[in-house]
Amino acid sequence: MTDQAYNFAYLDEQTKRMIRRAILKGLAIPGYQVPFASREMPMPYGWGTGGVQVSAAVLTPDDTLKVIDQGADDTTNAVSIRTFFERTAGVKTTTRTTDASVIQTRHRIPEEPLTDNQILVYQVPIPEPLRFLEPRESETRKMHSLEEYGLMHVKLYEDISRHGHIATSYAYPVKIEGRYVMDPSPIPKFDNPKLGDMAAIQLFGAGREQRIYALPPYTQVVSLDFEDHPFEASKADHPCGLCDATDSYLDEVIIDDTGGRMFVCSDTDYCAARQAAGFKGKDAA
Amino acid sequence: MQAETLAGGFDTPAVQSAHAFRGLLEAMARPGTVRQIGGAAPPRPLSPAAGCALLTLCDTDTPVYLAGGADCDAVRAWLAFHTGAPLTGPSHCAFAIGRWEDLLPLSAYPTGTSEYPDRSATLIVDGTDFAKPGAVLRGPGISGQATMALPGIKAFQDNNALFPLGLDFIFAGGSRIAALPRSTKITAPATVTEVF
Ligand SMILES: [Zn+2]
Repeated sequence: MTDQAYNFAYLDEQTKRMIRRAILKGLAIPGYQVPFASREMPMPYGWGTGGVQVSAAVLTPDDTLKVIDQGADDTTNAVSIRTFFERTAGVKTTTRTTDASVIQTRHRIPEEPLTDNQILVYQVPIPEPLRFLEPRESETRKMHSLEEYGLMHVKLYEDISRHGHIATSYAYPVKIEGRYVMDPSPIPKFDNPKLGDMAAIQLFGAGREQRIYALPPYTQVVSLDFEDHPFEASKADHPCGLCDATDSYLDEVIIDDTGGRMFVCSDTDYCAARQAAGFKGKDAA
Repeated sequence: MQAETLAGGFDTPAVQSAHAFRGLLEAMARPGTVRQIGGAAPPRPLSPAAGCALLTLCDTDTPVYLAGGADCDAVRAWLAFHTGAPLTGPSHCAFAIGRWEDLLPLSAYPTGTSEYPDRSATLIVDGTDFAKPGAVLRGPGISGQATMALPGIKAFQDNNALFPLGLDFIFAGGSRIAALPRSTKITAPATVTEVF
């Protein structure tokens, strides 16, 4: 049951309509940042209020919601957002990627390929991929309108001349359907290839910066790169210490006070499902 | 005030509009797919699906243009009572509703600006016959290609050519909807050559 002291999914109907209209325009113009009037939410901005507002506008009581924070379901942030929607929208929640109809995420795309019955909602801190080149919103808006993305390429190329490769490893910029350059939120660039041609709908919400953008399913997404330095979706060159996966994104964690460390899947559900299926890494108990 | 004006809204607005929006979201995200939406009983000539889309998306912030037969006292009163949306002409509307032939010409509607392409109209084309032979669609939201009944070809090709500017369409008929965003590329269906 929902708590009757709240509106359904917390937001009032007029606010949800405004967000819903922005989402539809976002879908119609993939990669373009639609301005919206972000509302105060009962959580700090760093907690993904943009994603929370998008989820609130999308959820129905029939949904099953999963919330991940850097791949994990059990962080304070993920747990509190899950509890928030259990109470205000009466939705079921899950930690299993395959059981979720809506997944709100901070900084990861689940390892399990998503399906056409799912919606992935990203929490976005800085939606503007050109912000570090140009702090003025009026200017970046003009740059997008004129497809002035040359500076972006210059910055990436400087990275190469300095480091021998493109050092940007999170929030790696992408171009959508040959038109808009978009910030995929601070996902590791390992996740970038999953952005394109995905069966699920992808929605991005930035609360503080008041922007919503979207990728319809099966949208063409290209990570910016150069002929002599092609894009590489890198990850730590180890198998997962717990489930032995070689295809998942890994976090390096310290396991004792003597500095011992191991590499484990950042996607906790993926790792747990593999362990349950009998896969065992070298550090598994 | 007529009883018809007061009736026909959502009984449980928050939940019904959430379900209706989900249908609209899926339709706009996957051009060519047809969804059921329900919960509204608008006055004639609006279809239930078109009424449902209006209740879900329109309010005092969205000027609405009623085209042709949709511009009647019953619809005006119903829309005003349930949404508060101000009525306007095509050039300033956020939403337009009517039959395809009444909505034309498309050049009358705002297609957005280069810096704000989202400031463009969404046209709700009512009275759609989803069984008609389909145009071929390609683009975002579509794996390979899809087909969809469209009332024309060139009008939608011209609209797509404006991208990222352009109009977005919601097709309604009975309790069903489909959508066509400006991003979709359209070609005529392969013509069937009659052999005698
Ligand atoms: Zn693992």
